[in-house]
Amino acid sequence: MRAGPQQDDDAGTRPGPPSGVTIVGASAAGLSTAEALRRRGYQGRLRLLDAEDRLPYDRPPLSKQVLSGAWEPSRARLRGPDQLAALNAELLLGERAVSLDLRNRSVTTDTGRSLEDDVLVLATGLAPVVLPGQDGLAGAHVLRGLDHALALRRDLVTAARVVVVGEGVLGAEIAATARGLGLDVTLVGLGHTLLADQLGGTVGGVLTDLHTERGVRLRLGTAVESVVGDGGRVSGVRLTGGEVLSADVVVAAVGSRPATAWLEGSGLPLGDGVETDARCRAAPGIYAVGDAASWFHEGLGRRLRLENRTNAVEQAQAVAAAILGADRPFTPVPYFWTDQYDARIQAHGMPSPGAQVSIAEGDPADRRFVAVYTEGGRVTGVLGWNMPKQARLLRQEHLAPPDARRPPQPSVR
Amino acid sequence: MKVTVDEDKCCGAGQCVLIAPEVFDQRDDDGIVVLLDSAPGPDQHALVRESAAVCPAAAIEVTEEA
Repeated sequence: MRAGPQQDDDAGTRPGPPSGVTIVGASAAGLSTAEALRRRGYQGRLRLLDAEDRLPYDRPPLSKQVLSGAWEPSRARLRGPDQLAALNAELLLGERAVSLDLRNRSVTTDTGRSLEDDVLVLATGLAPVVLPGQDGLAGAHVLRGLDHALALRRDLVTAARVVVVGEGVLGAEIAATARGLGLDVTLVGLGHTLLADQLGGTVGGVLTDLHTERGVRLRLGTAVESVVGDGGRVSGVRLTGGEVLSADVVVAAVGSRPATAWLEGSGLPLGDGVETDARCRAAPGIYAVGDAASWFHEGLGRRLRLENRTNAVEQAQAVAAAILGADRPFTPVPYFWTDQYDARIQAHGMPSPGAQVSIAEGDPADRRFVAVYTEGGRVTGVLGWNMPKQARLLRQEHLAPPDARRPPQPSVR
Repeated sequence: MKVTVDEDKCCGAGQCVLIAPEVFDQRDDDGIVVLLDSAPGPDQHALVRESAAVCPAAAIEVTEEA
């Protein structure tokens, strides 16, 4: 069975609210789904399962405020104890989902327990990709969870030289934070500008200049062959040409994959993530939300999977509504932001590398501007650089209105 | 309903202004949230709750007691 963009026959035939909902993954997407269900009047059983034995926390600060030490880790918590208690949900923390039975809609965990429920929500997020040779080497890091951030911070505060591999959002943020800590930072990446894949060459070029000005050594258009070590401790990275860049700390920020290995063989449609229909449903009674969810975006006419914080919570609203019987496709205007040094960069829509870029307000030379991305005569993206309000206003002018944000209907019937 | 915002956490996304423009605005210079009404009327409650729910920086807190 494959859930495609078409509606399945039994959509909307559930007689009333479900008797119980189990959400696998208690980060932003999973937690927000639980909260949205309650806000919409759902009073049944609610279970939140997460492999990490920590109260739900926020990830964007990990590469910035937590890594720099500006925030105590507790400040990254998503909700306080009172708010979690008010949710009236069973929090099953430190317990990992290992398999899913589609027929019985049950999840088996690493303690051997089986959680069967009327509705399952899959929100397991991402697993970072590691570089060849880095496994088991002290001083070689990835950054996805809070433990990763704290381990990296411990190493950075005593390090002199760090190599960051990856020129995407995460790599660039880590490089900026490490420079802020006074380290000698080299960033190695395959692309020819920073964030070229996310924002294209024009804005990527401005960002590349910023990192150069701030003293980051850039090795762009360069591939890393492996992480190298000495006596169990990292000593650097070897580039494909054979050159070795030495470092006390190496961070791999070379992308992530949807954390769906546990679903293999379940019968759920897995491609680039859990594949769902336009209403975020992977199978009857089974929904996917957040970084691991690939849904059919009816506005774009194709599948989309977004690895960003805003989508996690927006999609959570749509999933909660769908669980309670709403019949509305999820068609958001994508949005993400990144903070590096004194630059706050905000991307609305789809600012793809193939688009034509024009400056609508401000001036890149002043590091304060709004860029508009156009493809085939249509505005597809709006990017603000230290002009948040102006970017948001241009988004409202040019990009599809957020009609998915009509006020929620408070009752479940 | 009582609304509070954490300016330090705010990332200036403006999602709240898109949803509840009668309650939230953004500063012109840095885009940080401006709370226009800390005790909005009932007609705004659903929109404010939605704004808090989708704030990507978890910077809006809503207390339901009057």
